Amino acid sequence: MAASTEKTIVVDDLRLAYSTREVIHGISFDVGRNEIFAIIGPAQSGKTSLLRCLNRTIDFVADASMTGTVLFEGEDVRRTRDVFALRRKIGMVAPLPVGLPLSIYDNVAFAPRCAGMHDREELDGLVERCLRQAALWDEVKDRLNSLGTALSGGQQQRLTIARALSHQPDVLCLDEFSIAIDPVTTMRIEDVLKELSREITIVLVTNLVQQARRLAKRTMFMWKGEIVELGVTEVVFSDEPADRRTYDYVHGIFG
Amino acid sequence: MTTAIAPSQRFIRTRHVARKERQQSLAKWLFFSMTVAMIIPLVAIVAFLLWKAAPSLDWQFIVDVPKRGMREGGIWPAFTGTLYLVVISLAVSAPIGVLAAIYLNEYAKDNWLNRLINLAVINLAGVPSIVHALFGLGAFVYAAKLGYSILAASLTLAIMTLPVIIASTREALSSVPRSFREACWNVGATRWQTIRSIVLPNSISGILTGVILQVSRAAGETAPVMFTGAVFFKAVEKGTLFSYGLNDQCMALSMHLYTVSTQVPNVKESIPFATAVVLLATVLLVNVSAIGLRVWLRNRKKW
Repeated sequence: MAASTEKTIVVDDLRLAYSTREVIHGISFDVGRNEIFAIIGPAQSGKTSLLRCLNRTIDFVADASMTGTVLFEGEDVRRTRDVFALRRKIGMVAPLPVGLPLSIYDNVAFAPRCAGMHDREELDGLVERCLRQAALWDEVKDRLNSLGTALSGGQQQRLTIARALSHQPDVLCLDEFSIAIDPVTTMRIEDVLKELSREITIVLVTNLVQQARRLAKRTMFMWKGEIVELGVTEVVFSDEPADRRTYDYVHGIFG
Repeated sequence: MTTAIAPSQRFIRTRHVARKERQQSLAKWLFFSMTVAMIIPLVAIVAFLLWKAAPSLDWQFIVDVPKRGMREGGIWPAFTGTLYLVVISLAVSAPIGVLAAIYLNEYAKDNWLNRLINLAVINLAGVPSIVHALFGLGAFVYAAKLGYSILAASLTLAIMTLPVIIASTREALSSVPRSFREACWNVGATRWQTIRSIVLPNSISGILTGVILQVSRAAGETAPVMFTGAVFFKAVEKGTLFSYGLNDQCMALSMHLYTVSTQVPNVKESIPFATAVVLLATVLLVNVSAIGLRVWLRNRKKW
């Protein structure tokens, strides 16, 4: 499979149902290595469910059933032997910030410790690097032992990003990361994402269509569990995308 | 129908506003008076008990053995008997209950077997203690051949407290937000790593509360121990803590209170009341130490 080495994620005919209600109706796409890939679309179009299929946290939803294949680095995620290693290779950032009830340091060191890293110096270095990458280090470097949950919403979201980077993932999935943070911080994190995309692949689910336009090489427009359009960002946001609905959505006249 | 409000009337106290304020103060006073109504009987009971018990209540009463067929002396054998029963029964039911609740809440899938287990737990929690007593008599005293003993009585109490411990522990576990668990799973933590580092530290105070409440229940119930191991009188040495073996029968405060109040003629009036005060104080002491532990743990709770 020569092609799959160029692709970090290959999704083929993915279907997902919650008990009998199908929410993703057979979608296929791929994400290239070190690409920023944006997924846009209104609520209830299956974007978050799709992300959960990638790192298999969908397993925790009791009545979910998934068919089709998701290849990550050429390996079928449903046949992977070590699902925990898979999840460490995929960083996940949820829409609302979740600071774990631990110190700031322990929040970032949590994942490496779960993976068996206990060397204090190694952890110190990793924590600093991740917090710097998430543009949070300067604000918290003097109080690493205070509570992560005591930070403001925007800071907690950056802490969440630092935690997602702490297990050194190959792919970083961000699910509407900016809804709880201010525009200035959002711009700072966007710069960080551009920087990161030299080394890792980024899947960006966003409700801010302009954010997709600023960052992504390719954009996928999902609606009601189907792909309406997938293409180079400039085309998707141009005056003549392939599908009329795409034009309506990105220009805010969706009805 | 909508009526436009003239600018000059905007901040005027209308009839509607006045009614709102009356209702608000009425509600406040209603709730406050109910709170007071709850406290008054409590204070009255404790005060009445202390007043009636005062003539007999001293240190000697606790450490002395009963004399002249319960009419004089103290309650030491009953006191230690209750301690034995409570400690052994909770040593059995707390670990089983807490671990089972962790399984049910964190691991179990929603299938018919687990729904059945849940239903059983909830129903068992509502079974009257006398039914547990009969079960203990049949299962532990006769079937398991433990005889009338501390062990049989403790196990009966354990069976009685187990479902409530499971229910309260589950309550405490499910109060930890699911988003914490998902955040842990997303970074590749196993269920156990998640439970150990996030779920348990943040629910331990609630779990302890549930267990502690069962201390007072185990100490106070008469029927289960009366059927399975508690006796009217048992001679032990004054003031020795390790006065019983596991296979001995024992006295218990709740049972003792019942016998001196109803079965023995011509008991000094203050003796049953003093026994009640000691029972109350024992439970209170355990609760206070548990509350102390909880406050200490809650201060380390992090959200």
